[in-house]
Amino acid sequence: MTIRPNQSARTFARNAAFALVAGATALGGIAAPAFAQRDPAYASARASGEVGEKMDGYIGIVGAETPALRRIVNDINIKRRAVYSEKAQAARATLEEYAFAAGCQAILKTSPGEKYQAPDGSWATRGSGAPQRDARCP
Amino acid sequence: MSRPYLRTKGVPSPLVLGALAALVALPGCITVNAPEEPIVIELNVNIRQEVIYRLAEDAGNTIDENADIF
Repeated sequence: MTIRPNQSARTFARNAAFALVAGATALGGIAAPAFAQRDPAYASARASGEVGEKMDGYIGIVGAETPALRRIVNDINIKRRAVYSEKAQAARATLEEYAFAAGCQAILKTSPGEKYQAPDGSWATRGSGAPQRDARCP
Repeated sequence: MSRPYLRTKGVPSPLVLGALAALVALPGCITVNAPEEPIVIELNVNIRQEVIYRLAEDAGNTIDENADIF
């Protein structure tokens, strides 16, 4: 019976995390936004179409690669991967499945003018209508 | 104590008849062969799409909760 201690440990960790977040929120004040905003460099790279949302749930460099863009993309993708990995485990799915599902949603959430990867692999610019997505996307 | 279902005198019990029928029918079952490969591939595609659908809401929430990296 190794499952029980594992589960209770996980439950404890979750409760502890909730308590920590609750405590931090209480300390931080009332009107603070619930979630953090994009880093300005990342935000401007997105807005200018230098980076785009890929089908696999990560971002990619659209045009010519520069060290600065590579740094931004790697940083975001490493963080995304960590989140996907944790959430996939909780949802009993593989990392690739969860990342792909997130990619479907992330492409859906792009703003007009931002770049995203179309099902044929090419970069497309989000218009005012729905983006072109993989047939498996809901 | 009597066990009617195992009685061998007279008419055989339904249990014995059923066992006999199963024995007779057995060779017929083995000959059924289905091609395996196409079925396996089909199954994989279905499961994957099903999983993507199942994860859609969860993934959407994850994006909202981690707005700094999405």
